[in-house]
Amino acid sequence: MEAIMETTTRKQGNAVVVTVKGKLDAVSSPEFEKGLAELIAEGEKVFIIDFGELDYISSAGLRSILATAKKLKAKEGQLLLSTLKDVVKKVFEVSGFSSIIPIHESVESALAQI
Amino acid sequence: MSNIRLPARIEDLERFMQFVSTCATGQGFTKERMKEIELALEEALVNIFNYAYPDEHTGEVEVRCKTDDDTGFIIEILDTGIPFDIQSLSEPDLDASILERKIGGLGIFLIREMVDEVHYRRDGDTNILTLLFNK
Repeated sequence: MEAIMETTTRKQGNAVVVTVKGKLDAVSSPEFEKGLAELIAEGEKVFIIDFGELDYISSAGLRSILATAKKLKAKEGQLLLSTLKDVVKKVFEVSGFSSIIPIHESVESALAQI
Repeated sequence: MSNIRLPARIEDLERFMQFVSTCATGQGFTKERMKEIELALEEALVNIFNYAYPDEHTGEVEVRCKTDDDTGFIIEILDTGIPFDIQSLSEPDLDASILERKIGGLGIFLIREMVDEVHYRRDGDTNILTLLFNK
């Protein structure tokens, strides 16, 4: 069966850029959050999550983003999101998450904000 | 009407989703609207998986879908867990800051945002949640 969610991670300057592809639902979100928690435990503090290839997010995905943002806030780190599209964008807007997590049009514009 | 009945557990989420996706295909929904239908369904199911059967893990969920020419595409979700009226929940505080923001209730809120109508009724020992999507 095709994986429902895939991430690729690269370091750009002091930021970790995480590209997420597929779906962040109740099944895949715990794994996504765990991956980020491991990077935070290794000392990473600045994250750009690129949702350009994310097709779907549910409240489980929002929960993983919120939990990560809270962890980073406690460490004076930063979490930025980029390239939200379609239903993912709508979910962030209606849930009010757009106003609590910085969202950028592209990874480049997020990098410029760090 | 077609239906599927499976254990109320996260391992079967994908099978429920596939079932409804198959029902909704060909109803004229855009790709975007299909994702919204999927989202409302996931939130409703996960809520049942997590809360409907607190003392046992043997409960089941039945999902039915049908199309009504007058009203639209209808999904009914039935479980025999504890009574739970999703309309009784208050709205989350959308203005809270990142540290204050609580995640509880967000799934239910998303259901309300994605559907055109939502109805709940308790029939004997069964919760029946109806989600309606206009065509």
